[in-house]
Amino acid sequence: MNIKLENIKKLNVTNPLKLDCGKTIKDFPLAYETYGKLNDNKDNAILVFHALTGDQFVTEINPITNKEGWWITAVGPGKAIDTNKYFVICANVIGGCMGSLGPKDINPKTKKPYGLDFPVITIKDMVRAQESLLEHLGIKKLLCATGGSMGGMQLLQFCATFPDKAFSAVPIACSSSHSAQNIALNELARQAIMADPVWDNGKYVLKDVQPKNGLAVARMVGHISYLSEKGMQEKFGRKLQEKADYEFSFDADFQVESYLRHQGYAFVERFDANSVLYITRAMDYFDLSKQFKGGLVEAFKNQKTKFLIISFSSDWLYTTKDNKDIVIALNASGADVSYSEIITDRGHDSFLLDEPEFLKTLKGFIDSMYEKFKNEKRI
Amino acid sequence: MKKEFKVIADLLPNNSKVLDIGCGDGSLMYLLKIEKNVEVRGLELNQDNVQECIYKGLPVIQGNAETELHQFPDKSFDYVVLSQTLQAFYEPEKVLKNLLRIGKSVIISIPNFGYWKVRTKLLLFGEMPVTKTLPNTWYNTPNLHMCTIKDLFNFCDEKNIIIKKVVGVNENKTSLIKKSNLEIKNLFSKVGIFLIS
Repeated sequence: MNIKLENIKKLNVTNPLKLDCGKTIKDFPLAYETYGKLNDNKDNAILVFHALTGDQFVTEINPITNKEGWWITAVGPGKAIDTNKYFVICANVIGGCMGSLGPKDINPKTKKPYGLDFPVITIKDMVRAQESLLEHLGIKKLLCATGGSMGGMQLLQFCATFPDKAFSAVPIACSSSHSAQNIALNELARQAIMADPVWDNGKYVLKDVQPKNGLAVARMVGHISYLSEKGMQEKFGRKLQEKADYEFSFDADFQVESYLRHQGYAFVERFDANSVLYITRAMDYFDLSKQFKGGLVEAFKNQKTKFLIISFSSDWLYTTKDNKDIVIALNASGADVSYSEIITDRGHDSFLLDEPEFLKTLKGFIDSMYEKFKNEKRI
Repeated sequence: MKKEFKVIADLLPNNSKVLDIGCGDGSLMYLLKIEKNVEVRGLELNQDNVQECIYKGLPVIQGNAETELHQFPDKSFDYVVLSQTLQAFYEPEKVLKNLLRIGKSVIISIPNFGYWKVRTKLLLFGEMPVTKTLPNTWYNTPNLHMCTIKDLFNFCDEKNIIIKKVVGVNENKTSLIKKSNLEIKNLFSKVGIFLIS
């Protein structure tokens, strides 16, 4: 990974942030991007939380990778989250590698990149670090906050920690705690990285190299979990990759192999291996009910935010049941909650794809919330 | 607007908290919100209807009332409304029990199988009745457990469910139904609306 991060927006967070692990960080960079314009009433701001391998470049062309933003299907002029109408904000999570403080940055104590000396962070740490950005932008209350996958987890944490900071919230395809299977898949990804000799206990950062093979395998694991069995079968089946028959070798004979290899090795160009370790760890530690004595119901007590939970029928990573459990807890705590399950074969990835029913629901909710929020502010 | 919805709205006090089971496109919820400032929540199975509710800014949970009522805590709503769907459940008794658990009071409306036109269709023509309120034929009807106003009346008595009010609806006319006029009202009401607890 050799990317230049000089020309991106960064906020220097001066307030010390005491992390869950006990260590404190201060004077750290939080990289972010915004789209659209904040109106004079400051009532059109939407905060997007990104997923494991996402970044702050939600839409348009990502200036670092020169590829389309990761949520270009949902965010942009005239899209479900319409940037002609709304002001969209997204920050790179701490522990990440797109400009916010992460393990490849210089440790002020040693003047060398952190590597594994970087403190272990949690979803709550990520969320608390982003609060200062809202302050910096002068936004007291968001019209909406949203995010899928780990973005949804950050959002649930955000709502639990700040019950009155968002008028509405749309957590998508997420869970209030990581299941054994979720942890196992993350462990597989981490072990792949650690098994690469180049990784060298995270010290590869000192040598300006990257454990490409391990990181690529880690990404392949992820990609399998983002697709449904049916979706994968329909997309690839047993189709061969530009060949008439088996080659009786271990090259990528099948299209699905070729796809995974491509995804894996494209990823190493834009992502840091240690960041994968830190972020997956944060996801594994996430268990919102553990933070509150009364469990998940207590986590959502006094909730003023209006929720829309969305799940995808073929998502086996964060299932409809995981999402419904959040709905049940919100119901039990008396919160204002809507829920929709989108029927699709495209698995967990659905939230990033052009999935018309999903995008229509998202748009309908946000637009109706904007009307309500405007009226409420007027009164 | 459906007369039935107007009757339901009249049964509800202002500012109460209401769960509408099988809320459809949210027409009743919308009416209750506008006219009674009711805090509404809907449960609806159909995706298009769910989307419609969300567009209207009405909170709705996509789900099946037959299997997913457990998600609502005891007495978490002042009123639970079930409009013309009791007869379509596999186990209406179980659903009804759940409604009474969730709501402090329950409002149920049923298409009345005791309505005279329904009775004559079967009695004189020997055919399963198809009417405006019961538009489906025998082979494609979602209705599994048809009942009359009198049936539901007796059912509540048997199960010690308190009947607070019963309203009969025929087109634009409404009338109070009591034990004393049950036989005649059971004959002339198209729809029965029960307030129970």
